[in-house]
Amino acid sequence: MTELFLRSIFSDNLALAYFLGMCTFLAVSRRFEVAFGLGLAMIVVETITVPINNLIYRWLLRDGALAWAGRSDLDLSFLMLIAAIGVIAATVQILEMVLDRFFPRLYRALGIFLPLITVNCAIFGASLFMVERRYDFAESVVYGFGSGLGWALAIWALAALRERIDESRVPKGLRGLGLAFTLTGFMSMGFAVFGGLKFG
Amino acid sequence: MNWRLKSGFKPVIEPILVNNPVTLQVLGICSALAVTTSLATSLVMSAALICVLTLSNGIISVIREHIPKSIRLIVQITIIASLVIVVDQLLQAYLFDMSKRLSVFVGLIVTNCIVLGRAEAFAMKNAPGASLLDGLGNGLGYAFILVTIGAVRELLGNGTLLGASVFVRADDGGWFTPLGLLALPPSAFFLLGLLVWAVRTIRPEQVEPVLTENDGNEAARR
Amino acid sequence: MSLGANPLSWWRNFLSLPNTHPIKTIGVALLVALVCSLAVSYTAVTLKPLREANRLKESAASMFKLVETLALGFPKPRLITLADGHYADRDPGTRAVLATERDLAQIGEREDVATVYELYEDGALALVILPVRGTGYKSTLKGYLALKADLNTVAALTFHEHDETPGIGTRILEDAWTALWRGKRIADADGVIWLEVVKGEGRGVFEVDGISGATRTGGGVSRLVRFWLGPDGYGPYLKQLKRQGSS
Repeated sequence: MTELFLRSIFSDNLALAYFLGMCTFLAVSRRFEVAFGLGLAMIVVETITVPINNLIYRWLLRDGALAWAGRSDLDLSFLMLIAAIGVIAATVQILEMVLDRFFPRLYRALGIFLPLITVNCAIFGASLFMVERRYDFAESVVYGFGSGLGWALAIWALAALRERIDESRVPKGLRGLGLAFTLTGFMSMGFAVFGGLKFG
Repeated sequence: MNWRLKSGFKPVIEPILVNNPVTLQVLGICSALAVTTSLATSLVMSAALICVLTLSNGIISVIREHIPKSIRLIVQITIIASLVIVVDQLLQAYLFDMSKRLSVFVGLIVTNCIVLGRAEAFAMKNAPGASLLDGLGNGLGYAFILVTIGAVRELLGNGTLLGASVFVRADDGGWFTPLGLLALPPSAFFLLGLLVWAVRTIRPEQVEPVLTENDGNEAARR
Repeated sequence: MSLGANPLSWWRNFLSLPNTHPIKTIGVALLVALVCSLAVSYTAVTLKPLREANRLKESAASMFKLVETLALGFPKPRLITLADGHYADRDPGTRAVLATERDLAQIGEREDVATVYELYEDGALALVILPVRGTGYKSTLKGYLALKADLNTVAALTFHEHDETPGIGTRILEDAWTALWRGKRIADADGVIWLEVVKGEGRGVFEVDGISGATRTGGGVSRLVRFWLGPDGYGPYLKQLKRQGSS
């Protein structure tokens, strides 16, 4: 479990090893403050959606999952794509309403990012990886939290770097996007180095 | 060279170099880079995206006048997701090995920003014919980036192209020592960075302006 | 409100409703959902046999490819009890938990009765195919290991299931690498297993070249091969076979 957690943060980092959520990752990493809020929202949504999708896959969609309803011959796993995106959209919507109603301050901080996250491939990808790697429920909770945290750490680090680097003189064509990619590449190498970590 | 062609094929040619969705707007590279370890996977991934993008643009454009604004996004996503499932199933049935190598990344076309972006920005406002061409053009623009990076990574990382040996590797008595880094994720970022640099040097008008105080907030609102 | 009597005018009236009208909104949503679900279900159902066949074929194919490349006949499945290496009549489906220090392949538990494949030519044993599995870098690798009649030489090795890093760990699937295994020896005259994947270039009959960047996947393959050839894997069975051959 510890290994799964560390791996989901570092060596299997969604952004840096699997290139997921890149559009948002690059567009929203120009200012640290903004990136900070987005990172938090990401952790929350990943931790909720991956386990929910795990339950849906386990009890409704996978081959033989409907045995409890007497239909063990059904294999609906091809519906996972649509189910996952539905779950994510619904979760984000509900989360938005709950936050608005009960935690208005938190809502003000995270609110603008929630719609952005619905179509974020990092959220979607984490759920698909969970299915492909056959995680059980407990693992999916750990994986959801870990991958969200990993993505958040990556965008926080990149935003901090970009704030500084904006003030340096670089070749014109490299300014902005080109430099952001190169920086992300170096960060990707840095995160991958933690791949050897092992506890117990 | 004059890329702003007069002909009706402008929507096809333009997004490849002049308005490339990847280098210009960073759209849709989410699912793109992970499959660039070899040229073959890049090509199949590009083909899958071109199919989905062209068809979704076409279909959405045909019914654009009857899509109520309130359920616009969900209708678009449903259509795109269905197309992606169909493409994914076809790959699993006819190109099984390839679909295993592409792993979840075909499924991730659903959340690819180019597809939804073009549906929203172009197909909802234009006639089916133009929308099809726009989809094709943007798909080719994406393919151009993917295939370039895939080719470089396979050639320098493995000495092969499409699996056929180009540089004879040192283990087999040749001179070429594969660059291990190019098989790893960071190299894709470096290559894309260099590619953006190259495209922007050729076309200086794409260079980003220096950031002002408001830009961060603007990005957040987008 | 009424939308008209015959279906055609009904349809025309429906389309001419303003997009903000609730009936139009719900109708469009339902229609899109219906058409999409029909398209998806149709492809899923019609392509299902193909996909299933692919999945089955993959496992079987990787074995038959083994046999084919060795240009031999048809292998015969045999059930064996792993603990003593004798043939079994049926598979009770029971499993034994492996102690961590013995569990080289990191599989946690192992079945008591396994299926192996034997191939005879002119009445003499020509090839034994052993299903193997174990943990690579981050996923379970499943494959087949084929041994020549002396039971100490690798005839071939293939993997058909994995979830390793694309482009790096997946190189264990490539023929270029699995071909390196052909002709490698397993144990020395005293029965000590030496076969392993080394870092860099392999020397001699016991060493296989490592894959740069995929040290852990290679190490996993090493360990799983050693486990399955060892006393907790097919070791007892191979001993039995050897005794049979010499008697």
